[in-house]
Amino acid sequence: MSSTAVIVDEKKQNIWSGGLAPMKASYGKLMMWFFLLSDAFSFSALLVTYGTIRFSHPAYDGAVEDFIFSQSYWPIPEKVFEAVPFLHGLHAPLVFVGIMTFILIMSSVTMVLAVEAGERMDRRGVEKWMLWTIVGGLVFLGCQAWEWSHFIHGTAYGGRLLDGSIFFGANLTMNQYGPSNFAALFFFITGFHGFHVLSGVVINFIIFYQTVVGKLEKVGHYEMIEKVGLYWHFVDLVWVFVFTFFYLV
Amino acid sequence: MEEVSQIEVKPVNKEKVKLFVKVTIILAVITAFEFLIAFTVPHEYKWLRIVVFIVLTIFKAYYIVAEFMHLGHEKKSLKLSIVLPMLFIVFLIFILLFQADAILQVLS
Repeated sequence: MSSTAVIVDEKKQNIWSGGLAPMKASYGKLMMWFFLLSDAFSFSALLVTYGTIRFSHPAYDGAVEDFIFSQSYWPIPEKVFEAVPFLHGLHAPLVFVGIMTFILIMSSVTMVLAVEAGERMDRRGVEKWMLWTIVGGLVFLGCQAWEWSHFIHGTAYGGRLLDGSIFFGANLTMNQYGPSNFAALFFFITGFHGFHVLSGVVINFIIFYQTVVGKLEKVGHYEMIEKVGLYWHFVDLVWVFVFTFFYLV
Repeated sequence: MEEVSQIEVKPVNKEKVKLFVKVTIILAVITAFEFLIAFTVPHEYKWLRIVVFIVLTIFKAYYIVAEFMHLGHEKKSLKLSIVLPMLFIVFLIFILLFQADAILQVLS
C-alpha cells in the first residue's frame, strides 16, 4: 500500500493540501513545538501569577541592610536564597542558584552536541553527549532537592508570624520569609519546573537506551534526539525565566 | 554486525560546534552580567533593575530558542506560528499587573 503513487494535478497543487511538509519539519517535530508552545503558556501563567500576587502585597521600602523577614511585606529574594551546601552560616546570596543555572545551561550545550552527533550518524557521539546531558539533569535535580530541603527547614533564627510566634522554615500555609503566598508560589513554580526536569531526564534516558541498543541506528536517522532535545532546551529556557523573575527581580 | 560497519559516520561539523561554543559564551556572559547588576545596582533603582533583568532574559531566551532549538533556521511559517501566540502573554502581563496594583490600593 505504501508504494501507491498519487498523481497530483500540477495546477491545483497546494503545499497545504497534504502529503508534503509545508513547514519543512516532520510531524513529530512540529507537534513537539506546539506542545512546547502550550507548555510555555502554562509557565507564563504561573510566572504572571507570581507577579500579580507579589505586586498586590506591599514591597519592603527600608534600607536593604536592615531587612528582616516579616509577614507584612514581600521578601527580597536574595535575602531568602543565600545558603550554599556545606558552607553553613555563610551569606552567599544567589550563588547556589547561579551554580544551578550554570549546570542547566551546560546540559543544554551537551544536548545540542548530541543532536549534532546524531546528524552525522555518530552513535558513539550521541551516547557520550546524551549521557552527559542525563548527568547534568540529575545534578540539577539534586541541587533542587537541597534547595527545597533548606527552604522547608528554614534558618536558625526563623521569622515572626502575625500572631507573634516564631516559625522556622516553610510549608504551604505559613513560612518565616514573608506572606504565605511567597512559599506557596516557590513550591508551585520551582516544583512544576523541577517536575519537567525529572520527566526530561526520564525521556532522555529512554532515548539514550534506544541509541545504545542500536534502535535509532536501525531506524536510519536520529531525529528522536532532536525532538527530546527541543524539550530539554525548553526546560532550560523556562529556568532562565524562573531565575530572573523568582530570584533576581 | 556487518550492517553496523556500513553506516558512514561523517566528520564533526566544526562550524556548528563553533557556533554552539559562541552561544554558550554569550549565555554565560549575560548571566554573569545579571549577577553583577544584582550586587552593584542598589535596590532603590528598582525599576531600572527590573527592566535590565527582563531585557537580558529576553536576549538569553532568543539565543536558546534561535540557536539551541534551531528555530532561527526554520521556515518563516514555523517561526511565526511559535512566536506570534506569545503576544497573548504580553497582554496577560499588562492586565494582571494593573489588577495587582488595584488590589494593593484597596488593601492598603
